[in-house]
Amino acid sequence: MSAGVGVDLENLWIRFGDFVAVRDANVHIKGGDFFSFLGPSGCGKTTILRAVSGFLDPSEGKVLIGGNNMIGIGPNKRPTALIFQNLALFPLMKVWENITFSMEIRGASSAERRKRADELLDMIALPDQGDKFPSELSGGQRQRVAIARALCAEPDVLLLDEPLSALDLKLRQHMRTELREIQKRVGITFIYITHDQGEALTMSDDIAVMRAGVIDQIGDGKAIYNDPATAFAASFVGENNVFRGKIKQVNGGEALISTNRSGDLVARISSANQGKLNVGDDAMMFIRPEALAIAPDGASGDHFVTANVTHEEFEGNSYNIFSEGEGGKEIKVSIPNLGQSFENHTGQSITLEYETKNAVVVPAGELAAE
Amino acid sequence: MTGFLKEFFNRNGIGVGAIMLGLVLFWTIGLIVLPQLSMLDFSFRPNLPPPEIGGPKDVYTLENYKYLVFGPEGGGQDYNAVDLRVFYRTLIAAALVTIFNLILCYPISYYLGQSEGNHIRIFALMLIIPYWINEILRAFALRIIFGETGVLNTVLIGSGVFDQPFDFIRNDIALYAGLGYAYILLMIFPMYNVIESLDRNQIEAARDLGAPWWRIHWRVVIPYAKPGISSGCTMVFMLSAGALAAPQILGGPSSLWFTQLIYQQFNDNNDWPQGAAYAVVLLVTCIALVLAVMRLFKVNMGDIGK
Ligand SMILES: Nc1ncnc2c1ncn2[C@@H]1O[C@H](COP(=O)(O)OP(=O)(O)OP(=O)(O)O)[C@@H](O)[C@H]1O
Ligand SMILES: [Mg+2]
Repeated sequence: MSAGVGVDLENLWIRFGDFVAVRDANVHIKGGDFFSFLGPSGCGKTTILRAVSGFLDPSEGKVLIGGNNMIGIGPNKRPTALIFQNLALFPLMKVWENITFSMEIRGASSAERRKRADELLDMIALPDQGDKFPSELSGGQRQRVAIARALCAEPDVLLLDEPLSALDLKLRQHMRTELREIQKRVGITFIYITHDQGEALTMSDDIAVMRAGVIDQIGDGKAIYNDPATAFAASFVGENNVFRGKIKQVNGGEALISTNRSGDLVARISSANQGKLNVGDDAMMFIRPEALAIAPDGASGDHFVTANVTHEEFEGNSYNIFSEGEGGKEIKVSIPNLGQSFENHTGQSITLEYETKNAVVVPAGELAAE
Repeated sequence: MTGFLKEFFNRNGIGVGAIMLGLVLFWTIGLIVLPQLSMLDFSFRPNLPPPEIGGPKDVYTLENYKYLVFGPEGGGQDYNAVDLRVFYRTLIAAALVTIFNLILCYPISYYLGQSEGNHIRIFALMLIIPYWINEILRAFALRIIFGETGVLNTVLIGSGVFDQPFDFIRNDIALYAGLGYAYILLMIFPMYNVIESLDRNQIEAARDLGAPWWRIHWRVVIPYAKPGISSGCTMVFMLSAGALAAPQILGGPSSLWFTQLIYQQFNDNNDWPQGAAYAVVLLVTCIALVLAVMRLFKVNMGDIGK
């Protein structure tokens, strides 16, 4: 297996008229990696992918594939294959013709194409379906045909634009595993686009979190989840409780924040912001629902929060307690269900505690829309 | 069928429904089917002076059809060479006009169908507005362009391409241009309609997989546009073969269009049965040709309506 072909974006800007769709993106994608761009709808994910595949010219900056500058090279000449958001299978071609369209272009004989189509159909677990038309397949099957069609072109880099978004939940989870396996087997670089953080976290080696044309953070799933660089990344990836306030004191890697609703609280400064937060700065502190626990009555200090419980729910694997937070947001506490009995707290005031390492503080910034 | 009628009346009420249905029936049956049937009937009868119509001589006969093939009874030739020649030349010319039109209009339709923005509306308007002008005036305008002392010759001679005027009319170039121009919209709009609904991603997917532009058209766009192409071609072929004004005005003196023969039979010879027979032959042959070509390219009848 080769090391794979890497992709680099260097100072990439893409504008549509006055509108900036991608702002100064710098991304290094290692060969053979499964790399995801994660961000809400309209943040410029598809635009980046189109610049990599060659359908869009950057307004500024470079796209490098395997170290070669791709500017001026058309999409039919790049070593990439794109799986479109809507798949874009050819409706008037049979499945096997769809899959081997790239071979038809290279002038392969019909027998060769048939043979390759059968191999790929086996790989995507759709044997003997080659003579159907795409319209005769289910959504998940079409999905796999689109993957096979792209792989048949033997690209160095496979680009996937939210390919699972049209599938139902079960199939989506199944296809995640399958995609990851296919990627390991073929060993080529996958660049995957999604607005679903679950997909990004489970499949990717590395993730870039995007917001309105800007890349907020690049890192592996754990780094993105545990050590967010911005308020947006913290609130977009996974569930998070936010506490706004000002930095009161900085001690090495930790800070004391005087919060608007819960007094002074202590938190870890996220790696990307070490040394950048100063006393008096507006800041946001995030604590995950699973990092909060109910404290003994009367406890108080810089890692305790009081809360008025509004409602509770039993979710099966966890018991969730909701209380009033700031700015219309709720504070959610998620207690894992380990067989213990749960007390009802609705209407009561309770005290919550957390460990400093589980609270992270970043400069105040825009939050992700719910 | 009855279900359909019931729903139709429920939706529109008995009064309005009856009027609408009556008008449609009057239009299709009264104005199209019945007159055509009477033409068909004419074509099988001898040409008789009015007093003898309905008399003992008014019997069904194949004379009028025989005339097209074999010429006048007792004539010097074995075949009616003149009329037959006009007949097949008309069909070939109509087919050529259709092909020429298709080649010209496909890129235009593709451009209109796949680009976005307001300039498309302006473009379409520029195509449509000339059709507000009467067909005969448009044909005469082309005469001004293609005539011996016309614009084109003046330019060509002035720029030294020719040293004497080229006779575009005698060489039928003016006629083909006129026919082509007359039906350009009927070719463009059905194709435009289909191509507009083609998902752009299909084209991009083909390009991404390495296809050069011609293969994208051959394998993706044209198969998709087939219903529009066939509907455009059918209309242009039928209307060109049946055109009268353009051949009258732009045709060279030596080249007759079959419709002109039909016109002569009706008008100059006052032989309606003979004219009707010629018209029936033209119609049936055209339909047969269209059906044959549709079969060859595996187009369904339903596609034409798209
Ligand atoms: N051709 C274009 N002309 C003008 N603006 C465009 C064009 N293409 C995209 N945009 C704008 O750029 C922004 C980013 O679009 P893009 O398609 O990359 O979003 P996305 O992140 O893929 O969103 P989604 O998850 O909804 O697919 C959007 O605001 C969009 O309106
Ligand atoms: Mg998109």
